[in-house]
Amino acid sequence: MIRDSQLLDQLVTTVRRFVRERLIPAEPGVEQENAIPGAIIDEMRDLGLFGLTIPEAYGGLGLTMEEEVMVALELGYTSPAFRSVIGTNNGIGSQGIIADGTDEQKQYWLPRLARGEVIGSFALTEPDVGSDAAAIKTAARRQGKNYILNGTKRFITNAPIADVFTLMARTGGEGASGITAFLVPRNSPGLSLGKIDEKMGQRGTRTCDVILEDCVVPADAIIGGVEGQGFKTAMKVLNRGRLHIAAVCVGAAQRLCDESVSYARERKQFGKAIGEHQLVQAMLAESGTECFAGRCMVIEAARRMDSGARIIQEAASCKLYCSEMVGRVADRAVQIHGGSGYMRDSAVEHFYRDVRLFRLYEGTSQIQQIIIAREMLNA
Amino acid sequence: MKVLVPVKRVVDANVKVRVKGDGSGVELANVKMAMNPFDEIAVEEAIRLKDAGKVEEIIVVSIGPAQAQETLRTALAMGADRAILVKTDETAEPLGVAKVLKGVVDAEKPGLVILGKQAIDDDANQTGQMLAALLGWAQGTFASKVEINGDKAKVTREVDGGLQTIDLKMPAIVTVDLRLNQPRYASLPNIMKAKKKPLDEKSAADFGADLKPRLKVVKTEEPGGRKAGVKVKDVAELVSSLKSAGVI
Repeated sequence: MIRDSQLLDQLVTTVRRFVRERLIPAEPGVEQENAIPGAIIDEMRDLGLFGLTIPEAYGGLGLTMEEEVMVALELGYTSPAFRSVIGTNNGIGSQGIIADGTDEQKQYWLPRLARGEVIGSFALTEPDVGSDAAAIKTAARRQGKNYILNGTKRFITNAPIADVFTLMARTGGEGASGITAFLVPRNSPGLSLGKIDEKMGQRGTRTCDVILEDCVVPADAIIGGVEGQGFKTAMKVLNRGRLHIAAVCVGAAQRLCDESVSYARERKQFGKAIGEHQLVQAMLAESGTECFAGRCMVIEAARRMDSGARIIQEAASCKLYCSEMVGRVADRAVQIHGGSGYMRDSAVEHFYRDVRLFRLYEGTSQIQQIIIAREMLNA
Repeated sequence: MKVLVPVKRVVDANVKVRVKGDGSGVELANVKMAMNPFDEIAVEEAIRLKDAGKVEEIIVVSIGPAQAQETLRTALAMGADRAILVKTDETAEPLGVAKVLKGVVDAEKPGLVILGKQAIDDDANQTGQMLAALLGWAQGTFASKVEINGDKAKVTREVDGGLQTIDLKMPAIVTVDLRLNQPRYASLPNIMKAKKKPLDEKSAADFGADLKPRLKVVKTEEPGGRKAGVKVKDVAELVSSLKSAGVI
């Protein structure tokens, strides 16, 4: 649902300009330094990018899903690392509080997250637990007015810069119903960070382990105040995020198409631009078509979500298709660029590595398939 | 002090402009439009003057079709206080625009009018100068620096030979050049808030002026394509061909 098309057009145009004028020129530096310059993070904060999805009552923009998707399509057009900085505050780092938080938790955290004053992060994955999220081992033991947390969380996005974690820990017995979501501030006693992960791609996005050794948090740190609701909270958070990630994939696919087209126009072989060779055209056509298909499905699913429909299947389909699609598009983009596409100074080279992650995080492709089939069979 | 900033809606600077088939002008249907970049610099300068406490209110005005509202909203989102749209479907020409702006100035009584030195569509570079003449005000064109002190505006101008600094007695007209400042991005929350800022819709007649075309476009054509160059064998041949071309 788009509440005001003229207004949304202005928002999207502003983000598009910012991406093209400020972020894309900064891509090579981010690749080199494996960090996003502080000045750019400040600009993103000034632009209001941290509060896209946080309700207006808490100082955010309160974008509807369709509006958020339109913005995510633009943000996906540059290195995923930039999107990742604001990604947790707009997604997994804030949505748990928005969905299930108490009034006090919302009042305290959401305005700060919207302004980008604090960075939120989401800690579910563990060394032994990935897709089987209901099997987490991190334990939370009640002690008077506090909980004592013990365990390790792995590959936690933005952990090195995070101020607060939405962290899943076990307060009860085995399975999903024993899991509770806690809001754990970075400065909690007993919380430490591991060394920064060396990843294949998405350089500039910082992830690391979050280690809890008798980490003390007050009882009112439980999201919603009730034990055993954490798994439900986590699933709500991941559900909404799937459409956002799918839109980011489409944005990246669009960039890869545009890079491919401009290379195919410039590069000459056998006496003419390679874009005039039909086998290159075939690759462009496949990529252009798949990119368009992804765009259509993401927007359609977002509209259904805004209308209040159950879109678990559609969201999983979007995440599955778009993340796999951008992988194919990136592969063709490197193929069209030939040897130059394999070189470090080529944009398609880092996108080829960057987009691989989209098939893995926030639910692997295989998990999405299971969700889709389950929804179909149970309908 | 109030400052008035006229802004024009033009074809976006990144769009490749195409001439209409009949040569009567350029193709505007389904073309992305944006605020004239020089006007964006003018809006930014007005906001900086306000931030510095030299200006109390920034009024932006645009003369153009209903969609020029979007251009005004952008200026409001950047930080202008209110907007006036003088709606017309006529092609805005410098003299007609200057006459309307004179009417707006008479009604609003700003101490300063800041505008782009020219619009990137027709590159006329006339509106500011004509407005100064109609009002009988001092003008500082092609500004790369503007300082306000009391009732004086010190304007550094980019002229052919370098930089020229002049003092203007206010009220005055300043037209801005590219190097004056780097305009800000309107923040997303401010874009949302700009929706609630006042925007008045007026007609040229409200300001005792008309926008009837005073110019006749004879022909519009694309610039000629680049012609093929000449390959030379060595430096000697290069020098002799440059000599025969009369370049050296």
